Amino acid sequence: MQNLDNLESQSIFIFREARYAFKNLAMLWSMGKDSNVLLWLAKKAFCGHIPFPIIHIDTTYEFPQMLEFRSWAKEYYGFELIVKINQEAIERGISYKTHDPVTVTHELKTVALKQALEEYKWDGLITGIRRDEDGVRAKERYFSPRNQSMEWEYKNQPPEFWNLFLATLPNNGHVRIQPLLDWTELDIWLYIKRENIPIPSLYFSKDGKRYRSLGCWPITHPVASHASTIDEIIEELYHTKTSERAGRAQDHAEPNAMQKLRAKGFL
Amino acid sequence: MNNLLPLGTKTFNIVFAGHVDHGKSTLIGRILWDTDSVPKEKKEAAIAYCQKNRIEFEYAFLLDSLLEERTQNITIDVTEVTFFYGERRFRIIDAPGHLEFLKNMISGATKADCAVLVIDSSVGIGEQTKRHAMLLALLGIKQIVVALNKFDLVHYSLQAYKILHNECIQLLEKLELPCNFVIPLSAKSGENIIKRSPHLSWYEGKPLLEALVGLEISASPENSPLRFPIQDVFRFDERRLLAGRIESGKLQCGDLIAFYPSAKKSKVKAIHHWPAESSPQVVFAGKSTAIQLEEEIFVERGEIIAHENSPPIVATDFFARIFWLGDHPLAIGAPYTFRLATQQSIARVLQIQRVIDATTLEDLQPVPMEVKKNETAEVIFRTSAPIACDLFENVQTTGRFVFADQNRIAGGGIILKALPSKPVHEIKGRSRISAAQRAKFLGHRSGVFWMTGLSGSGKTTLSNRLEQILFHRGILAYVIDGDELRGGLSKDLGFDAQDRKENIRRAAETAKTLAKSGLVVIVALISPFEEDRKNARSICEKDGILFKEIYVDAPIEICKSRDPKFLYLKASKGEIPKMTGLDSPYEPPSNCDLHLLTAQESIETCLEKLLDFIVPLVRISPDKERELGLLEDPAAEI
Repeated sequence: MQNLDNLESQSIFIFREARYAFKNLAMLWSMGKDSNVLLWLAKKAFCGHIPFPIIHIDTTYEFPQMLEFRSWAKEYYGFELIVKINQEAIERGISYKTHDPVTVTHELKTVALKQALEEYKWDGLITGIRRDEDGVRAKERYFSPRNQSMEWEYKNQPPEFWNLFLATLPNNGHVRIQPLLDWTELDIWLYIKRENIPIPSLYFSKDGKRYRSLGCWPITHPVASHASTIDEIIEELYHTKTSERAGRAQDHAEPNAMQKLRAKGFL
Repeated sequence: MNNLLPLGTKTFNIVFAGHVDHGKSTLIGRILWDTDSVPKEKKEAAIAYCQKNRIEFEYAFLLDSLLEERTQNITIDVTEVTFFYGERRFRIIDAPGHLEFLKNMISGATKADCAVLVIDSSVGIGEQTKRHAMLLALLGIKQIVVALNKFDLVHYSLQAYKILHNECIQLLEKLELPCNFVIPLSAKSGENIIKRSPHLSWYEGKPLLEALVGLEISASPENSPLRFPIQDVFRFDERRLLAGRIESGKLQCGDLIAFYPSAKKSKVKAIHHWPAESSPQVVFAGKSTAIQLEEEIFVERGEIIAHENSPPIVATDFFARIFWLGDHPLAIGAPYTFRLATQQSIARVLQIQRVIDATTLEDLQPVPMEVKKNETAEVIFRTSAPIACDLFENVQTTGRFVFADQNRIAGGGIILKALPSKPVHEIKGRSRISAAQRAKFLGHRSGVFWMTGLSGSGKTTLSNRLEQILFHRGILAYVIDGDELRGGLSKDLGFDAQDRKENIRRAAETAKTLAKSGLVVIVALISPFEEDRKNARSICEKDGILFKEIYVDAPIEICKSRDPKFLYLKASKGEIPKMTGLDSPYEPPSNCDLHLLTAQESIETCLEKLLDFIVPLVRISPDKERELGLLEDPAAEI
């Protein structure tokens, strides 16, 4: 089997294990490229169905093109969409104008997710994180337990091998299920190309710039690029020496920012 | 896009294992650096971090990303990173060397096509090197490369290479592991990683990366028998679909298939993928798929689909090799959640046959009654329902399993043999009360202390006094005496070699039974033949009972002069045929656990020696003595 077939098969296997193991499952979706690969794989895993709700944590700093894509995709795939905004934080005046990126990201993403979890009581949460995105994510498991405060006990992760997953569900916590863990940024693009998966237009070069990773607009910066087709993006990635999340301010706001964010429940 | 060739090919997974501080992370960092696989800002960040903290730049920092790892300079959890070299795409799995992180090492190593065992050349093979190597053997890793790191520290010496090479080969051979390459290198100075080193001109083999490029990528087992464990049954629409992954072999539309363990049969009507037009007629090992049956029969998750002419094994009793990761030791008789492929059941260990000491790779003696964290063992276990599986050597994915305790994986294992189910009474681990529970109840462990020696050497005297002292110290002891035995259980036996052998067998079985009940058993028996005593030892140890041989030694003349039972006198009158020491030989123990010279030392000295020997072996609660102080018999002659 080829590399992409292997990755696809393993992801589908994880999706199916997750659905069997958890009574109340949901999937996080940010409309980004990984999220769309995730949707595609879910359709494959369940033979054309998406048997759980899709959650979008809306920071209110979404690019308009992404919101457009959100409405389009909901129709196209036909899934149940739940949009969650941390209204309380916004009313408190948390914003990129007044606060640092780590605080805003924590409030509008992590806390919003916490509120959604309290409301819907999901026991399993499917995410699209990949090991190659960040050194901290590299240490993740396919099934990764979180306690009630969504904390990640990275020093005492349960053993995981031979694809024999056990749903170690902490009291009132949930398990993150991460089917894309083994994929690299390049794999994602090669798969988008092979399967012809719809993605937002912001990834393609416009006026010599394109977005390589997408987040809140005030803290997400495009990279210089002339790649306007998927083939060109693949070619570009093959030669690049900068990392994917270089344009994501919250990761670099302080040393070990990602580790601190993640220990508190960030994806 | 010719230069993108490696992207399409299957990834080659390498696990890096070895003792802490032997330089795994540094070696990986160096590989990433030399293959230009590190993003620019990550390089800069690592350099800046070192400058800021005024420490020497370390390649390990390219990999270690958690705060704790940098400050403590150790790796905390499995890390995976991808790089390219030659025509190949590699995924490095870095498995931490720290003992307490062994589970992470296993979590990483199970995916590997090859293992690189990193050894600090200036130190040699470490304890964790052995432990890791043993696990690699257990996990079925087929290719091993030894990286003799820090070779600069042994001055690039050919002599050092020869010695280390020899030691590594010996270790790997002992574990029945292959050894593809033994490469002298230095991660820090970048020698023999990609480029050869002028300091190592005598080394004619390949540098590390060149060696790795030449190794094989594990193929999906397409040519093995079909094994398709059902993950789930979907009823999203009018179709009823059986979903799962083909773990080995291939499956085709129209195939006649059977389900195990239920032994139901059916025929494949169609294979359904999404989008519908991508649905194939045949699926191969490694592929996740969903099938529809010709006639709908009731089957559930857990069943393994196979072709009828090559079915899996269906059994409840298995002989397996396991490794234990649980904080609580594996206990005989305790219920564990058992998972194999998508099957789930309850399993209980009936018997622990071997526990291997990872530091020496020798079997622990006597065979322990439990398997502790980080130990490897061979056990017999039974599942609550029949399980469909294969021997690990035949089909890996359906030949391995995990034990879970409270929903967390506590151990993993591979199936070596399926056993015919035995009725419960024939199983040695029949009792629902474990040895540990009994020991806790009594405050001490059990054991058999076998005293051998000529008649008159002092066995009876010593054993009776010993029993009494132990009792008063809160240790429940009992003596099996030769004369008592002859007067009862062995009444029907005479004194020829055959009957003496049988007498000893009966004594050993009785001692074992009493010891299993929790007692400290003292056997006082001439037992003149080495072979019979060995047999007694094996009767006890086979069931995990502690057995110690004590030689009560006095010259025949002294024994004759003591003659407490007038046996020598009777023998001299011809009343006792084949008296040991006279007309029948006594074979002194060649390897006893305690040697008492009763002709030279007083009874009190001998007793002290016996107590010093026995008490530490059995005592678990020091307070028992005080608690039972009231039991002290004021008349006891201690």
